[in-house]
Amino acid sequence: MATSRYTLTELMAVVAAREIIDGEVVFAGTGLPMLGVMLAQRTHAPRCTIIFEAGTVASRLAHLPMSVGDVRVMRGAATAAGLMEVFSYVLQAGRVDVGFLSGAQVDRFGNINSTSIGADPRRPSVRFSGSGGACDIACLARRTIIIAKHEKRRFPDKVDYVTSPGWLSGGTSRSASGLVRGGPSSVVTTMGVIRFRPETKEPYLAGYHPGLTPQAIAEATGFPLDVAGAAETPAPSDEELRILREDVDPEKIFLR
Amino acid sequence: MTGKLMDLKAAAALVPSGATISFGGFTTQRHPMAFLRELIRLGRRDLYLFGHSPGGDWDLLIGAGCVKRVELAYEADEAFNTVGPRWRKAVERGEIEWEDYSNFSMVARFTAGAMGIPFMPIRSLLGSDLIRQEALSSEQRAADPRTSPKKIHLMDSPFNPKDRVVLVPAIHTEFAVLHVQKATDQGTVRIEGQTFADVQQALCADVVIVTAEEIVADDVLRREPERNPIPPLAIHHVCHVPYGAHPYAVFNYYDYDPLHLKTYHESAKDDASYRRYLDTYVYGVKDQAGYLEAIGGPARFESLKANPDFGYRPDLKRRV
Repeated sequence: MATSRYTLTELMAVVAAREIIDGEVVFAGTGLPMLGVMLAQRTHAPRCTIIFEAGTVASRLAHLPMSVGDVRVMRGAATAAGLMEVFSYVLQAGRVDVGFLSGAQVDRFGNINSTSIGADPRRPSVRFSGSGGACDIACLARRTIIIAKHEKRRFPDKVDYVTSPGWLSGGTSRSASGLVRGGPSSVVTTMGVIRFRPETKEPYLAGYHPGLTPQAIAEATGFPLDVAGAAETPAPSDEELRILREDVDPEKIFLR
Repeated sequence: MTGKLMDLKAAAALVPSGATISFGGFTTQRHPMAFLRELIRLGRRDLYLFGHSPGGDWDLLIGAGCVKRVELAYEADEAFNTVGPRWRKAVERGEIEWEDYSNFSMVARFTAGAMGIPFMPIRSLLGSDLIRQEALSSEQRAADPRTSPKKIHLMDSPFNPKDRVVLVPAIHTEFAVLHVQKATDQGTVRIEGQTFADVQQALCADVVIVTAEEIVADDVLRREPERNPIPPLAIHHVCHVPYGAHPYAVFNYYDYDPLHLKTYHESAKDDASYRRYLDTYVYGVKDQAGYLEAIGGPARFESLKANPDFGYRPDLKRRV
């Protein structure tokens, strides 16, 4: 690990991209998800349909966007309209396989906070941007991939504010809330991959990145994490790294 | 001036302090920035803003002290700075009133207003704190008709009691201001690229002001009416404002300006440097022509001009 061929951010982007299956409809949020989805489109998932909430469907990205409303997401798009068209006819109607999100905090049941830090959101100690479309994507995609830098403070037992619902409090709480589908399938981090048990929705460590131990990951996580069955993540290939660095993010917009 | 054409300063002067207003665009594209700077120079205060994902447009108005209350889903220039710096400070210092929604719920609210119905049912928000938490108190809501008396309402479908929906209240604003690629003196409007929620925002406002990169002959836009998304009867005033969205992008015209955005975000870190930013780019210039000189004149615009094959600037250096 000391003389690694790649950074942890690169590794995280590659592992997250691999979560996308070729041919899927992917609704990508801002930030690291844009890196993952563009890499997936240029590697194993060329037939995935990329949707950005500002109104585009099926972009063929030539340059990494810096926003979901970037002029760059117009490149090669099949249709361009507005937010209402993609949120209602595409997302709410059930046409999105994968929502791809990031956030400031992710908790034990995959709930995401991108609103604020502090016990009372009316008087927060730190204020963030807010949901944007993240809540809608987490509510209405068939499954959600979450990508986030792994730090203990970012992975608390309970987020300060549930901006984007995951498995809520576990078990059947998500469907009991009235949500009609979805839920997080994986949380890809700079240390490993967390997944959720089918019935209880309790998190477990499915993968640990090369050079790390499951125990070290459990210690860097603010909630109990079953690490017993974790397997080492396959390292990024030279080809994945080359495409990520040279084609996807040559300007180091997210690979900083 | 003929038809609906109006001078930018005259159009901005229509908006009084305390008005309810929405601005077109989305985070890094097509905000009516020149119009906003006029509002700041006019000293407007206590504005009520409604939006889905604004960026530096709101940040500038909030930073200049023009805003009392906002209802929003997001406020940032996305990867240029993950939270709007003056929005963040205003919240953390208790200087602004706000309510959080999601993008879909805000756009559903604009759509309900545009359709003339009182609310819209959606399947989003369930299970989130956007439902459980309210930043505005019921007293604040009850005291001011500009805000809906209730944030949301949960309802089981009257057709199937097991089917739960969230009702979000319609938005009506006194003003909507959009920046578009092309418009005519008759109020015909051409939007190229994503439309965001500009159409719905226009159609739920009493007065709609459009600022446009180009004014073209009405006959030209009428050759392809399917590309003109807003009925001209809903458009009241049209202003010719080239580079009117700078430092944000306009598809097919120019890209965002990473250098200026960096200047903005660095200046916004503390109050004194922010005041200098406002003095240099807003108060210290008298109009849009003065602003364009202040940001570097024609050489700067040339460096941002879109490549027609892409609609943006493929060689733009974005990490500056």
